[in-house]
Amino acid sequence: MKQIRSTAVPIRDENIDTDQIIPARFLKATSRDGFGKNLFRDWRYENDNEATPRKDFPLNNPKWKGDILVAGKNFGCGSSREHAAWAIRDHGFEVVVSSFFADIFRNNALNNFLLPVQVSEDFLQHLFDTLDADPATQIDVDLEQQTIRILPTGEQEHFDINPYKKTCMINGYDDIDFLISILPDIEAFEKKKS
Amino acid sequence: MAKTLFEKIWDRHIVKTIEDGPSVLYIDRHFIHEVTSPQAFNGLRKRGMKVLRPAQVVATADHNVPTIQQHLPIREELSRKQVEMLVQNCSDFGIELYGLGHPYQGIVHVIGPELGVTLPGMTIVCGDSHTSTHGAFGTIAFGIGTSEVEMALATQCVLQSKPKLMRINIDGQLQKGVLSKDIILHVISLLSASGATGYFVEYAGEAIRNLSMEGRMTICNMSIEMGARGGLIAPDETTFAYVKNRTFTPKGTDWENALADWHTLYTDADAVFDKELHIDAAEIEPMVTYGTNPGMGTGISQHIPSLASIPLNEQANFNKSLQYMGLRDGQPIKGQPVDFVFIGSCTNSRIEDLRLVADFVKGKKKADHVEVWIVPGSKQVEQAAMDEGIDKILMDAGFMLRQPGCSACLGMNEDKIPAGKYCISTSNRNFEGRQGPNARTLLASPLTAALAAITGKVNDIREYI
Repeated sequence: MKQIRSTAVPIRDENIDTDQIIPARFLKATSRDGFGKNLFRDWRYENDNEATPRKDFPLNNPKWKGDILVAGKNFGCGSSREHAAWAIRDHGFEVVVSSFFADIFRNNALNNFLLPVQVSEDFLQHLFDTLDADPATQIDVDLEQQTIRILPTGEQEHFDINPYKKTCMINGYDDIDFLISILPDIEAFEKKKS
Repeated sequence: MAKTLFEKIWDRHIVKTIEDGPSVLYIDRHFIHEVTSPQAFNGLRKRGMKVLRPAQVVATADHNVPTIQQHLPIREELSRKQVEMLVQNCSDFGIELYGLGHPYQGIVHVIGPELGVTLPGMTIVCGDSHTSTHGAFGTIAFGIGTSEVEMALATQCVLQSKPKLMRINIDGQLQKGVLSKDIILHVISLLSASGATGYFVEYAGEAIRNLSMEGRMTICNMSIEMGARGGLIAPDETTFAYVKNRTFTPKGTDWENALADWHTLYTDADAVFDKELHIDAAEIEPMVTYGTNPGMGTGISQHIPSLASIPLNEQANFNKSLQYMGLRDGQPIKGQPVDFVFIGSCTNSRIEDLRLVADFVKGKKKADHVEVWIVPGSKQVEQAAMDEGIDKILMDAGFMLRQPGCSACLGMNEDKIPAGKYCISTSNRNFEGRQGPNARTLLASPLTAALAAITGKVNDIREYI
């Protein structure tokens, strides 16, 4: 991933925990696939029934769509379940924008090539207002430059990402491959430690 | 150079540090369970990898197991398959499993310490955010995602950036009836559900030193609820006395050597933290949460905050939360009726918790309309409860003693609170739907929960003891 240009889906709630993103009763699967259909399950449907979607929930509102999820501060708090990142990715999002991310979720997202973009609270609120006013607003996320830009107005903000993680995201490298490549170092460390 | 306890343990476990990137952290103990491990084992198979150090991995089944009739096959098909997959994976990869029916089975964060698998100075991970529990022993312990579970299985390492460090001092002595659960709920209510994100927290001060190991585990357990990566407490004589002679604790000369090393595990007097807080223990009341994140808690004598006292930009979330809970802003929390009482979870299901509850309810009866579930943290806790006659006291009070597992803490198995019902719970999370779709959770200490079981309402334990 280098750059995403897309419309976005706004969810204004703060402290969205991973139990909301994917409720525990859906964690019985033993593969990484298929979690997207239960993303935000209990916010999306009345009485756990797909026939009765909650019209006021942004994912059910056809005016909002796109590859970017925009959410209130402290996104992904609570349980360490990586299923939350899988569900968001499986639903089709490639970027999550918030003013604050919980630590474990941030790692899980990066390990699944879902880019967490942390912006200032002011920029986030402005982004929400912009998407409310015009759901067709295009947002540009440039990982190389580390910028997020509201295309029509050109307003933009820089975001931070660890340089190692940035390289991994851009090139599709994963941490496991890296760790496996240094197994001799790990074994040498074990000898020294004991 | 002066070092914090965290830094002493961290420095010993760094294999190498990536330039401009995270460090490769060596992991001494890796706990796994049925829910967050299957995809990791699938990944190993795909790569043709072995588990690098199976002897450093311990498995149990806890999140998704029934808490009645555990001797029978699990009825729910997906749950049964997930538990069977753990059995298969442990057998294929040579990992010790304390599965259903095993005398060591239980909640992963209860069995690690009680078996002496968790020892001071270690690094510990598990695919569960409450892994911070083990920090009570002076360890660096934290929750990880499934990709990291795979990394830890394949290489006995994870990649971690060094967190910022915070020390929270609880000075002085607690009031009677105030438990360690109240300390941590108080701290989270001060810092909010995100106030410690990016930090590892060391808990210190007289009130922490005076806690038992069970009490310390409750504190460290909930570190994640304010966003912290983990929490830890310097090991001391209380720690060493708890650890000594447990099943897997070092013995003989190994014990002597380990003990000498553990005595070096403390924060140096002039070490510096990125943030430091002091809290007066005497000011802490029995706590109850009223909202849908653990930071929304209040002292029992206080009222739920008024809407006007909430910053404008947070009012929408506050209102949504109270609406979910069916509570009004400004109302007292004391007197709130409850329908269910859940005493269990990796936060408060240890033998000391059950002893406290049994001491209080002995000779009393539960309120008629209330259903009370006691779920011991492990087979060993269950056995001790029976040996001490606690089971009989609880049953005489009309409580239901179930079998070990995570149970209604996360409602993954059939132990769910019905929609709209209030449950006072000794667990760690009051998120929407956590205990079942539309269930309403009030987090509290085991004593406050036991009192609610008897009176049918949220009440102030200080008036009853």
